[in-house]
Amino acid sequence: MNSFTPLTAALGGTLVGLAAAVLWLGNGRIAGISGIFGNLLPPAHTTLWRAVFLVALVAATWLTARAFPQLGVGGALPAELVAPPAGWSVPMPVWLVIAGLLTGLGTRIGNGCTSGHGVCGLARLSPRSMVAVAIFFGVAIFTVAVTGIV
Amino acid sequence: MRVAQLVTAAVSGALFGAGLYVSQMVDPLKVLRFLDFTAIPTGGWDPSLAFVIVPAILVMFVAVQIGKRCQAPVFDARFHEPAQTRIDAPLIGGAALFGLGWGMSGICPGPALSLITFQPDGLWLFLIAMFVGSFAGGIMLRPRLKELPA
Repeated sequence: MNSFTPLTAALGGTLVGLAAAVLWLGNGRIAGISGIFGNLLPPAHTTLWRAVFLVALVAATWLTARAFPQLGVGGALPAELVAPPAGWSVPMPVWLVIAGLLTGLGTRIGNGCTSGHGVCGLARLSPRSMVAVAIFFGVAIFTVAVTGIV
Repeated sequence: MRVAQLVTAAVSGALFGAGLYVSQMVDPLKVLRFLDFTAIPTGGWDPSLAFVIVPAILVMFVAVQIGKRCQAPVFDARFHEPAQTRIDAPLIGGAALFGLGWGMSGICPGPALSLITFQPDGLWLFLIAMFVGSFAGGIMLRPRLKELPA
């Protein structure tokens, strides 16, 4: 059964857009999580604002889950990671490590993720981001179809 | 680093984290149910993710247009536009690797961090792997970088 939630999706999306707008107009920075995360450690020069951003992100998730538990996972429902496809006989820790490595490596060398390319890059009408978004959505949709993980 | 910049980063991070929870993009299964296009014919597809990213892009698009009328962001001397403009192999390959990791797990970097709030089993494996992958990607890119992120 599908669990389509257009209203909370649009409200949450608007909040994410405002987050990106505040960081751009305030500090002139792209709210791309992989970039903020990936440049936490030297050799990037100024890392404190990145740490502050990420701590606030985690804290706000916790607070909104406490305030609005009825919205779903993490509140009323337990948060769980998705197990590897049945029949592939891959242990879940191995699956998660491979997925994590690919996500970290891919977003770093591709210079962006769903937020940096997907939200900020498309809003800036960046041709690089348009290409990246088409590729990572396409590959992810293909991967889900092949693995039948859902 | 001015205090105003850190406050801006905290506000942006908080809006981002709240948005990820409210939209339920913090739930890997909900993300995978969007990526599962094989469910479209059966009516089981969940289009929520599109209802998150489109408003986010629209809000950021407005912010980018406002930014174009300003000399500089409020708390910094200039807008830190991404330096690269070419559509090159690292962009394409990186986006493809990220798409594979995202399709395997339903977790992109923002929600990966948001999920720390809920401590689902296996999350730390994913996060550590993501960090290692990002670090490895940074080393691979180093010879190409002319300028380190400030």
